[in-house]
Amino acid sequence: MFEVSFLFGQFLGGLTTAMFLFLIASGLSLVFGVMRVLNFAHGSFFMIGAYLAWQAVQWLAPALHSFWLAALAAALGVALLGGLIERLLLRHIYGREELYQLLLTYALVLILGDAAKIIWGTQQLSVSRPPMLAGGFQVLGATLPTYNLFIMLTGVAIAVAGWFVLTRSPAGRMVRAAALDREMLGALGANVGALYTGMFVASSFLAGLSGALVTPIQSIVPGMDVEVIVEAFIVVVIGGLGSFWGTFWGSVIYGQVLSFGILILPGFSLFSVFALMAVILIVRPWGLFGRPLR
Amino acid sequence: MMKKSAPALVRRIPWVLVVFVAALTIPWVGSRYDTFLATQIAISALFAMSLNLLLGTTGLVSFGHVAYFGIGSYVCGILMKTYAVPFSIALPAAAIGSALGALVFGFFCVRLTKIYFAMLTLAFSQIIWAICYKWNDVTGGDQGIPDVPYPNLDWMSSIPLLGDLRIAQQFYVLTLIVVMLSLAAIQRIIASPFGLMLTTIRENPERAASIGLNVRRYELSAFVIAGGFAGIAGALFGIFNRGVFSDFVYWPKSAEVMIMTILGGIDHFWGPVVGAATLVLLNQEITSYTQYWPFVLGTILLLLLFVFPGGIVGGLTTGLEWLRRKTGRRASA
Amino acid sequence: MLEVHGLSKSFGGFRAVSDVDLAVAEGEIAAVIGPNGAGKSTLFSLITGHLQPTAGRVLVNGRDVTGVAPYKICGMGLGRSFQHTNIFPKLTVLENVRAALLAHRGQGPNFWSRANQLCHGEAEALLASIGLAPQARATAGTLSYGNQKQLELGIALASDPKILLLDEPTAGMSASETHETIALIERIARERRLTLLFTEHDMAVVFSIAHRIAVMHQGRVIAHGDPAAVRADAQVRRVYLGDAPMGPRS
Repeated sequence: MFEVSFLFGQFLGGLTTAMFLFLIASGLSLVFGVMRVLNFAHGSFFMIGAYLAWQAVQWLAPALHSFWLAALAAALGVALLGGLIERLLLRHIYGREELYQLLLTYALVLILGDAAKIIWGTQQLSVSRPPMLAGGFQVLGATLPTYNLFIMLTGVAIAVAGWFVLTRSPAGRMVRAAALDREMLGALGANVGALYTGMFVASSFLAGLSGALVTPIQSIVPGMDVEVIVEAFIVVVIGGLGSFWGTFWGSVIYGQVLSFGILILPGFSLFSVFALMAVILIVRPWGLFGRPLR
Repeated sequence: MMKKSAPALVRRIPWVLVVFVAALTIPWVGSRYDTFLATQIAISALFAMSLNLLLGTTGLVSFGHVAYFGIGSYVCGILMKTYAVPFSIALPAAAIGSALGALVFGFFCVRLTKIYFAMLTLAFSQIIWAICYKWNDVTGGDQGIPDVPYPNLDWMSSIPLLGDLRIAQQFYVLTLIVVMLSLAAIQRIIASPFGLMLTTIRENPERAASIGLNVRRYELSAFVIAGGFAGIAGALFGIFNRGVFSDFVYWPKSAEVMIMTILGGIDHFWGPVVGAATLVLLNQEITSYTQYWPFVLGTILLLLLFVFPGGIVGGLTTGLEWLRRKTGRRASA
Repeated sequence: MLEVHGLSKSFGGFRAVSDVDLAVAEGEIAAVIGPNGAGKSTLFSLITGHLQPTAGRVLVNGRDVTGVAPYKICGMGLGRSFQHTNIFPKLTVLENVRAALLAHRGQGPNFWSRANQLCHGEAEALLASIGLAPQARATAGTLSYGNQKQLELGIALASDPKILLLDEPTAGMSASETHETIALIERIARERRLTLLFTEHDMAVVFSIAHRIAVMHQGRVIAHGDPAAVRADAQVRRVYLGDAPMGPRS
């Protein structure tokens, strides 16, 4: 029915989507695992990262044409923003009902979304691909842009680095302990406040970085925040809220379902991913790779 | 003696009727634009009130309530536009359709708690959105269903005063009747033993089970009732808006109605109505100055969460109590 | 009246309740005592259906109720009060009791009558019998701790139980509150001819009102009988004097 090269192309496309989503969703998932806050504003951080990257490229352009420097600056900028938000706002609602937590982060979605419009306007913006990754090459008859390969490798690299930090560093062990059992964290005498801030900053950094990295292949438009946050929700629900590897595999599954869902049910690939999310919540609310929360 | 009977008297006034009569005068005393805003407020109030049956009464945080609003507007819009079904049949059909949708989805949702409940309601509402957005043959896809007709309101022409009104104003009168009947029904439900059981579930689900309540079944019932009323609001809105579109069902709309409800106050019956009126009027005022309404709304929401968590009605109640205590102390001194 | 046969519950590898047998006759006041973590609360949750046992059976009046959902057990004449205060804090005291009365009478699905016009006399009478009539209009969450415990008892009584399980009814109370509460429980048990099973850490209370006592330790019942026999039991003395061997006993 379909040629191998075509199917392989779909597969690669799905994998690229997956690695992007992993970059975004891993931070969302870790924040939920540690703080039990479902952060709607995570998509806004992603969007701000994209705008900041564009801005940095404009500023740097004549002197120093460096996409990489711009991306790093954008990620750091978003990390700073995340840290401020955690210290000034989120900190005060950890004990409150989840309704108030959801609404606080939603308020941030509204404010950040409009702030971006005020600063950068509503027209589409774009960033050109870094020259060294401009080309593409053939794999099994399918064309793979070099930039997409770079994204896949970055995703894998972040996954490995994240796993390394989580298992090998003391802070990582605290994060995992908190994700499994919150009381254990208090019992360990951990400095919970610093851990939360650090976690949120790291998560914002990842969101900002993925926003910056997406700019060469996707134009920057208002509304990309609310679109991406729903996709990230689907990914973390599939893998299991709070589970790091779950988020990784959740992204891979999501990417492939979306990619091949278009082939099987062209009109309903959107439907199929939400249906997948619903089915998983019904059958295993803690996700395919997560554990029931305590 | 006087003092003691005053609150009892206040309680005995049928407030729904009072509000109905006051709101009914708008087409005669206000401008056509006032009537337009009043229609929007009435419909939003019913939608917010239906959500509060879950949020405030039962303690269920639904982040996908817009799904049932959407089902209602599509069912009513499709029946009236495509099949020329009269409003008197399309409206109940919309309510039943939404309630059925809520029954199917709610069956799964009430098995989950807290954040998982919120996520599953969100997922289901996005499923409905995906269907509305993509199923071109039935829902018109991203074009939606434009030009939903007004109901046939010829019967109003024979009534003095009403006969002189324009169709949009007559539709406002009809909307007001439907909304007020719905609010009266919701008020009755909240005050009933069933409503009391829902509040015990909000307060303490474990304890509610040990006084003999099948908690899930009660939660599901509340979900279905709330869905049905949201469907009525959706049906009215589709006609008011002169069309039904898929962005009615997109998830930020769920957040919007939630903000409305919280803004008014979830602990008081009239909270959602006050919230709806405030938000619609505020939107009106602010969008005439700036296009950045979401920014203002987000700021209001932050203020609400940190300064007035009880909402407008909650804040007023606390203020009044404080005032009463103060004057009471002065009187006794 | 209430029989428990070979009841066990494991969490992972940990046996919280292990092979417990218990029988309480009609009208009897029985106590389960034991050090913290002995499995008393778990045992209660197994009896009332809040937890599913790993093995064993629970019989109420000869009827097997093992693993039946809590909301159904309530209708079989088994009432419960909880160790941590378990009321409806934002409702008034009267509404707390009225809700329980209405639920017991199957009025829950009634969505058209006015709740505040139903069960008025019964609710007031119940509040009077537990000594909370003056606080009827107060918000339950604002009551003193002792009064909240009384209210919890009132909620349990509203479903007209034959057997009442009370988990630490005097936990966290001052000496005078404890005294009043015990007097109240004793009076109500007598008036309503209740069968009572309770846990308690205050030994003076236990030995003053219990007809029979079961002692739990590390998930097992290590002794049971009348107060005098339990007081004399060597193993019980060892556990309570603190020289119990650590780790699982063979």
